[in-house]
Amino acid sequence: MSASATTGLHTGQPRSRVDGHAKVTGAAKYAAEFTASGLLHGVVVSSPIAKGRITKLDITAAMAVPGVVEVFTHQNRMRTAWRNAKFQDEVAPPGAPFRALYDDKIVYSGQPIALVVAETFELARYVATLVHAEYDIEAPSTDLRAVRGSAYVPSKKRSGINPPPKPRGDAPGVLADSQIRVDAEYYQPAEYHNPMEPHASTVIWEGGGKITVHDKTQGVGNTQAYITNVFGLKKDDVHVVAPYMGGGFGSGLRPQYQLYLTVLATLQLERSVRVVLTRDQMFTFGHRPETIQTVSFSARQDGTVTAIRHEAIAETSTFEDYQEVVVNWTGLTTSCENVELDYKLVQLDRYTPADMRAPGAPTGQFAFESALDEMSYKLGIDPIELRLRNYAETDENQGLPHTSKALRDAYRLGAEKFGWAGRNPQPRSTCEGHELVGWGTATGAWDAQMQKTSASATLTPDGKLTVATASADIGTGTYTILTQLAADALGLSMEAVTTKLGDTDLPFSPLEGGSWTAASAGSAVQAACCKVRSALLGFAQEMPSSPFKDVTLDQVDFKEGRLVLRNNPGIGVAYGDIMQASGLEQIHMEESAARDPAVQKTHASYTHSAVFAEVRVDEELGTVRVTRIVNAICAGRILNPKTARSQIIGGVVFGIGMALHEEALDDSKIGRFMNHNFAEYHIPVNADIQDIEVIFVDEPDDMTSPIGVKGLGEIGICGTAAAIANAVYHATGRRVRDLPITIDKLL
Amino acid sequence: MNRFSYARPDTLTAAIQALAHPGARAIAGGTNLIDLMKYSVEVPSQLVDITHLPFAKIELLPDGGLRVGALVKNTDAAYDARIGESYPLLADAILSGASPQLRNAATTGGNLLQRTRCYYFYDTATPCNKRQPGSGCSAIGGTNRVHAILGTSADCIATHPSDMCVALAALEAVVQVSGPEGDRSILFSDFHRLPGAEPDKDTSLQPGEIITSVDLPAQHFSSNYTYLKLRDRASYAFALVSIAVALEMEGATIKAARIALGGVAHKPWRVPAAEEALAGQTPGSEVFGKAADLMLAGAQGQPGNRFKIALARKAIVRALKQAANGTPQHATDKQIQ
Ligand SMILES: Cc1cc2nc3c(=O)[nH]c(=O)nc-3n(C[C@H](O)[C@H](O)[C@H](O)COP(=O)(O)OP(=O)(O)OC[C@H]3O[C@@H](n4cnc5c(N)ncnc54)[C@H](O)[C@@H]3O)c2cc1C
Ligand code: SF4
Repeated sequence: MSASATTGLHTGQPRSRVDGHAKVTGAAKYAAEFTASGLLHGVVVSSPIAKGRITKLDITAAMAVPGVVEVFTHQNRMRTAWRNAKFQDEVAPPGAPFRALYDDKIVYSGQPIALVVAETFELARYVATLVHAEYDIEAPSTDLRAVRGSAYVPSKKRSGINPPPKPRGDAPGVLADSQIRVDAEYYQPAEYHNPMEPHASTVIWEGGGKITVHDKTQGVGNTQAYITNVFGLKKDDVHVVAPYMGGGFGSGLRPQYQLYLTVLATLQLERSVRVVLTRDQMFTFGHRPETIQTVSFSARQDGTVTAIRHEAIAETSTFEDYQEVVVNWTGLTTSCENVELDYKLVQLDRYTPADMRAPGAPTGQFAFESALDEMSYKLGIDPIELRLRNYAETDENQGLPHTSKALRDAYRLGAEKFGWAGRNPQPRSTCEGHELVGWGTATGAWDAQMQKTSASATLTPDGKLTVATASADIGTGTYTILTQLAADALGLSMEAVTTKLGDTDLPFSPLEGGSWTAASAGSAVQAACCKVRSALLGFAQEMPSSPFKDVTLDQVDFKEGRLVLRNNPGIGVAYGDIMQASGLEQIHMEESAARDPAVQKTHASYTHSAVFAEVRVDEELGTVRVTRIVNAICAGRILNPKTARSQIIGGVVFGIGMALHEEALDDSKIGRFMNHNFAEYHIPVNADIQDIEVIFVDEPDDMTSPIGVKGLGEIGICGTAAAIANAVYHATGRRVRDLPITIDKLL
Repeated sequence: MNRFSYARPDTLTAAIQALAHPGARAIAGGTNLIDLMKYSVEVPSQLVDITHLPFAKIELLPDGGLRVGALVKNTDAAYDARIGESYPLLADAILSGASPQLRNAATTGGNLLQRTRCYYFYDTATPCNKRQPGSGCSAIGGTNRVHAILGTSADCIATHPSDMCVALAALEAVVQVSGPEGDRSILFSDFHRLPGAEPDKDTSLQPGEIITSVDLPAQHFSSNYTYLKLRDRASYAFALVSIAVALEMEGATIKAARIALGGVAHKPWRVPAAEEALAGQTPGSEVFGKAADLMLAGAQGQPGNRFKIALARKAIVRALKQAANGTPQHATDKQIQ
C-alpha cells in the first residue's frame, strides 16, 4: 500500500486532539483513577540507605492499627518466579532485573522495603511511618567521577541498542599527527523523566484468579507479559487496560516496582489494590544516566574533519548493564574516515538507568556538537558551513545509504528563518544592555523505526468505523493521527471514527517508544482499513446489477461514506447499503504491518534536525535566557502538523531543561539524590520558555514505513542542549561543558 | 503523615488555648505545613486552623503605616493598592516568590514561619539538627547548593527561604504577636534567629504565640527601591541570592539606605555598617561595591555554594543601581534591569 492512498481530507492537516475533550473534562481515566468496590490502598515504604542489609524489620506496630490489612515485606510476600529471565521485560537490559521485597539486601537508596495495605489511603500513609527497619549500612559508591577508572565494556549487548561500530581508519594515529584539534571532556548529570502523572497501578481482583490491571505503562503487552511471567499466571487471567498516560518519556517502558507490588498484594489478599508512588518516589527508579564523555577530533584548515575519538562512560546499576546509544551519533552525522567510538559502563549503587526521551542522543550530541562548534571558531569557519563540509551522505557507521535525509534543507531553512546569515562570527560581539546575545546551532539525529504492529478495523452499517490496536497514546497524539488515517482510508469524517488503544484484548502492538508508534500503529491501522476497502468492493460486486462488477480497487474511491467509481463519482453506493445487501452486521478486519526486512538490510533510516538557538546572558550575574529556538525537523511525512509541532516544542523544552536546569543532585556520602521533588529538581517553567519555531522539512520517504512516517517523539530534544551551549559560548566566549549551565558556571 | 485532631477556633483567646495543647500547630494556608506533615517532618498532635480569626485585613495605622493582618493572603497583599503605592518593594518581593496558586493560599504569618528548604530537613532518611536536634548536619559536607554563606554555625547552614521577609526586613516591619502571656511587638530584625547551637529554633516566637499582624512603618521608600532575586530558573524557584534595597534620595545623594539579603542566611541579612556607608554618598559602582563588601563581611561558602559570595556581591551592586536609578526589578520582567 503506498503512502498516497491515505492522502485525504484529514491526514496531513492540523487537527485538534480527538481525546482533548475527555482529558480536560476528566473523563479520560488514568491508572490511579480506576476503582473497584472494596478497593484497598497500598503505600510503599522506601529505604533510607543505599547499600547494606535490613537487620530488623518490625511491622508489629503497623499491623496493630485497625484498618491495616497487611504489611508486605521480603519476609512474608508470596513466592514469585525464581529465574531472572522471568523478570525481564521487552526492553530489559542484560542482567538481573530488580525485584522488590526480594530479600534483605539493599542495593540503592529509595528501594522499596515494605508495602502497607490498608482500607484507606490516609491510613496506609500513616501506617507506613510505623514500619520500623534497622540496617547494617555499607558505604555506597555513587560518585561517577571517582570510580570512572572501573569502566568496562558491557559483555552482553542490550537488545535493540547498537554498540559503537568497529573503529574505522586510524583515529589515534591521525590525531597524534594533527595540529588542529579539539580535546575536551563533557558531563551530563542524572536526570529524571518527571511525567506529570506519578506511577500507579490499580489491580482489580475479578475472582477466580483473574485480574484486571490498570497500570501507568507505555505498553500493555509488556505489562501483561511481565505479570504472567513473574506470577505464573495465564495470559487469559491478566487483562491490562491503560487507555491514557499522563506523560511517559520512557519512564513507563519497563514495568516499575509499584506494578509488581500491587499485583502481589492483590493476588495474596484476593482483593483489589491500588498503589500510587509519591513524587519523591518518582526519583527512586530509572533515570537518564550520568555520563562523562571525552572527545578528541582533528580537522584540516579547510574544515575537513580528519579523525574523531569519542568515548562515553555512563553509570549503570550493580545488577543490570543498561545501555543506550551515546557515541554512534558522532559517526553518523559527520563524514570521517578515521573514527573510534567507545562506550563503557561504571556500576554505581543506584537503580538501573532507564530510557529517557531520545536516550543517549542528546547526551552524545551535546558533547560532539559542542566540540564541532569549538572547532568552527578555531578554523574561522561558520558552524553551519563546517557541518555542510563534513556532511555524511550515508550512514558510515553501518555503511548504508539513507532511506531519506533532507538535513541540508533543514540547515538552509532553519538558518533562513533564524536569520543566521546576519550572525557576527565573533564571540561577545553583541551586547544589549547588561546582556550578551549569542547564537548557536547544532545537529540532532534519532532513529526512524517501525515495529511490527497489528490493528483491527470494524465498520458498521451506520457508517461508523472503529480502529484498534494495543499500543499506547502517552500524550503524543496517537489517538488523533490514527483517527485521521482511518477516516481518510474510508472516506469518513473524523467524528465517525473511534480509535481504541491501550488494552491487551486489542490486536498486538509493541511498546510505545523510540518514536516508532506513528509509523507502526499508523501503518497497521491503514492496512486494516485497506482490507475493509477490499471487502467493501467485494461485497458491492455481489450486489444485484452492481456497477462495480468488473472494477478494481484503483478504479474506485471511498468518499463520504460511499464507494464510488473514480471516473464517475456520481455512481456509488453507501457502505450501509452494501452491508445490508450482504446481510452483514459489520465488516471486521485485522492486519499487521512491519518494516520491509529487505530495506532494513540495505538502508539506514534516521530523523534529523538543525537547531538554532539565541541566548541572552547577563554576564555579571550569570543568568541565561533562551529567547529564541528554531528547530528544522526532517522526519518524513507529517500526519498532523498541530500535534507534531507540540511534540517538537515539548522536546525543545526538554532540551532547554537539559541545557539550563535539570540535575539530580547526588550526595555520594549516602548515595542518595537529595532534590527529589519538584521544588528543588528544576525543569523549565513557562517563564523560561520564549519563542520556539518549528519547521517541518519536506522529506519524502517511502522506505521507512508504508505511510512515509519516520517519527517525532524524540527528535525535538536532540541537539537542543548543544545548540544552547554553543549560543552561550558565542554570547560570552565561555565554553560550558558541564550540564546544566547554571549561574555559578558563568560567574 | 501522622494522625492528628483538628480545631477551628473563632476567637483569638480560644486559639491561644487550643495552641496550648502539647504538640499543637497553627495552620493558615497550609502550603508549607501540610508538605512537612506529608514528609513526617512535622507531626502535630493537633492542628489549630486559625483561618477564622479576624486577621485577614489590611488597615491604616494612626501613624500612617499599614497593618497587614497575619491571615492576609500573599496575593491580596501583593495587589493591595495601598501596599502597591506605599510599599512597592514588598509587593515585588511577594510576587517574585512561589507561584500564583501558592500565593493565593499562603498567608502573611505563614510566610514568616515557613521552614528552610534545606534538602535534608525535608528528608527524614537523613540526619538534620534542625529537624532532630543533636542528630548532625548532613548539609555540611553534603549537597549544599542552596545553603547559607553568612551567620552559619557548626550545627546548621540552612537559610530562611522567604522573599517577602527580605522586603519586610528592609522596611523594618514590626511583628505583632499574642500568646498566653499577652501581646508583644517584635522588631523584624529580632524575629528570625541565627542557628547557633539551636538550629531547631527558627524564630523568637514562643510556644503558643500567634502572629496577629505585621506592621509597616510610615516611612516607606516608594521611589527608589528594588527586589532582585537570582535563582536557578526564571520563576518558581527559591532564591539563590536575593536583595531588597530601599533608598531615600535627596537629589543625587543617598540620604538613607536599607539593604537586606535573602537566600544567604538563616534570617534576612542586614548589616547596619553597609547601610551607613551609603548615607550621604553619590551613587556609583565604587560606593556600591564597598557597601556590598560590608554586607558580605565574614561570608563563608561551602563547596556547593561558594559561588553565592561572588554572585551576591555583584547582585548587591546591581540592585543598588536599580534602586538609585529608579528602575526596580519587577517579578514579571524576564530581563534583569
Ligand atoms: C513549591 C513551593 C515553592 C515556594 N516558593 C517560594 C518562594 O519562591 N519564595 C517564598 O518566599 N516562598 C515560597 N514558598 C513558600 C510559601 O511562601 C510558604 O509556604 C507560605 O508563605 C506559607 O504560608 P501558609 O499560610 O501556607 O503557612 P502554613 O503552611 O499554614 O504555616 C506555616 C507555618 O507557620 C505557622 N503559622 C502560620 N500562620 C501563623 C500565625 N498567624 N501565627 C503563628 N503561627 C503561624 C504554622 O504553624 C506553620 O508552622 C514556596 C512554597 C512551595 C510549596
Ligand atoms: S543545614 Fe540545618 S537544616 Fe540543613 S541539614 Fe544541616 S541542620 Fe539540618
